[in-house]
Amino acid sequence: MADINEENSVYFVDSDELPPAALERKHRLETDPSSRTNHMEYLPGMEIIDSDVKDLVLKAVDKYDYNSYTARDVENALSKENCSVEDFKALLSPAAAPYLEQMARKAERITAEHFGNTVYIFTPVYIANYCQNYCVYCGFNCYNNIRRKRLSFEEIEHEMQVIAKTGMEEILMLTGESRKYSDVEYIGEAVKIAKKYFRNIGIEIYPVNTDEYRYLHECGVDYVTVFQETYNTEKYETLHLMGHKRVWPYRFDSQERALNAGMRGAGFSALLGLDDFRKDALATALHVYHLNRRYPHAELSLSCPRLRPIINNEKINPRDVGEKELCQVLCAYRIFLPFAGITVSSRESRQFRDGIAKICATKVSAGVSTGIGDHEEKYTGSQEDDAGDEQFEINDSRTFRSMYDDMERGGLQPVLNDYIYV
Amino acid sequence: MEDKLILGGHEFTSRFILGSGKYNINLIKAAVEQGGAQIITLALRRANTQQSESILDHIPEGVTLLPNTSGARNADEAVRIARLSRAMGCGDFVKVEIMHDAKYLLPDNYETVRATETLAAEGFVVLPYMYPDLNIARDLQSAGAAAVMPLAAPIGSNKGLATKDFIQILIDEIDLPVIVDAGIGRPSQACEAMEMGAAAVMANTAIATAGDVPAMAGAFRQAVEAGRTAYITGMGRVLARGGSASDPLTGFLR
Repeated sequence: MADINEENSVYFVDSDELPPAALERKHRLETDPSSRTNHMEYLPGMEIIDSDVKDLVLKAVDKYDYNSYTARDVENALSKENCSVEDFKALLSPAAAPYLEQMARKAERITAEHFGNTVYIFTPVYIANYCQNYCVYCGFNCYNNIRRKRLSFEEIEHEMQVIAKTGMEEILMLTGESRKYSDVEYIGEAVKIAKKYFRNIGIEIYPVNTDEYRYLHECGVDYVTVFQETYNTEKYETLHLMGHKRVWPYRFDSQERALNAGMRGAGFSALLGLDDFRKDALATALHVYHLNRRYPHAELSLSCPRLRPIINNEKINPRDVGEKELCQVLCAYRIFLPFAGITVSSRESRQFRDGIAKICATKVSAGVSTGIGDHEEKYTGSQEDDAGDEQFEINDSRTFRSMYDDMERGGLQPVLNDYIYV
Repeated sequence: MEDKLILGGHEFTSRFILGSGKYNINLIKAAVEQGGAQIITLALRRANTQQSESILDHIPEGVTLLPNTSGARNADEAVRIARLSRAMGCGDFVKVEIMHDAKYLLPDNYETVRATETLAAEGFVVLPYMYPDLNIARDLQSAGAAAVMPLAAPIGSNKGLATKDFIQILIDEIDLPVIVDAGIGRPSQACEAMEMGAAAVMANTAIATAGDVPAMAGAFRQAVEAGRTAYITGMGRVLARGGSASDPLTGFLR
């Protein structure tokens, strides 16, 4: 598929530091599909669960022709109390663009009914940025020449203290996707440390098997987020060229394995801009919809990241997903899935986050660094010589306190914790 | 004679129970005052906070706390949360809320009976949130509940008395106070529930999402009082159809 690689070439950056053999391998992966493994085939050790959700989602997305929807379909969808899958498809379609304000008003009302005027604030903490995958758009990818770091337990403790001191009570712990450099036991120990300082802990790490999710839950994790990046398996194949992450179906079933392991909640997302965003938005929402039907107790939430520039590649951008399109997707999510949490990250601008929090977002991050071990630097200005580099460039760099105040000024009630570990 | 609401031996003159979720905690005091509420519910998971944000600091003295077990997915979790609540100094009242349905937040009646049994035996004043089912209400009574709290409609929906006929059955058949909880969207609906004979009404979202939170709490107070007075007074008859003929068909009978 030469045309796809041409489209992808914006992502390809060669480091001068790579040894010739590695560079050659990288180029082969980029240009020769036959050098890449079958992305639909599980690797040894990957658990296979019995689930039909993948097929349901893929089938629905395959049939989705968003240009077939009309203004009438959109008006119909907006006039209904309960939004069906068909209504949702109409709300995601180009025909709904002129109805953005009406969608926002409906979304605002539904959000108020389910969540009141609250907004949750959390912070993500990256504890390691080693990665064994080559995902072409990601700053952590194994061919990108960045400073790598994995925090020691002492450093983790210190980071937790620095963050906890701000008043934050919920934390999301992240790693690059490397079983070798950040194994499950390491993450488990890190979670136990975090548990001393925070009320609610989520993780965003490489997908693992049910027994490993169970172990992490016992360590204190209650929330597992896995981004599927794109639900278009063919496109996925051309972006995730090497490593465990390349296996699309294993990644898809992560949330289900996590819920089976006793996790309380799960987060979902496509990285909007990688592929056709309307189809990816449909797939993400249907993923949530079907898991809600099978696991009605689970607290499910959606994120909506768009592509951002990374170190060594400033050219990466969200392509055709402008703020209006993103807003349309989020309003449609809210109307279709009134109960789902919606997280809007610091990839988005201050204005966008302030505005969207009043319409449909329920959770925002603050005090964010996507680098490794640099919270002290960020919070106090003191330099950390050996901090690890960041995953992507953030847009909204507000501290916890200023986010809190801004949300309150906007008429929202910031909530730091709504949680009892049971 | 004074008209009192009695729950587990505790007496209240107000029949409006105020929720504390979904709105700015700085408004709680004013809402309690204007709503005349003597009982306020709070989610223990919201009270369980480390910092200055604790909702407990905003609840006026003399108001009875009714901590709920929201977040519990089964009886065991609800029991654990209730014990934690008592240990935190939130008192002996507990509203048992057990849900494993994230979409409509409908209560699990079966697990609720189990939790009520355990907690009542431990001396809690147990107010179970339930789906209005007569058999379950009887089981809750046997389990030692101090009242039953049937839902009018799904939480937060503001849909009003969607389960009206079934709540009426509970009012007619159960000896415990029946407190209508969840789904009440307007003062008129609260008034209607009280006219039916409900012992009290609990509301949260309707107030939390109002333009003026304390003023809406005041509106609910008036509605609840009006409905209660109407119920006690005994309402005038309402004819299902037709008028009352002045020349009755049976007038010929001697």
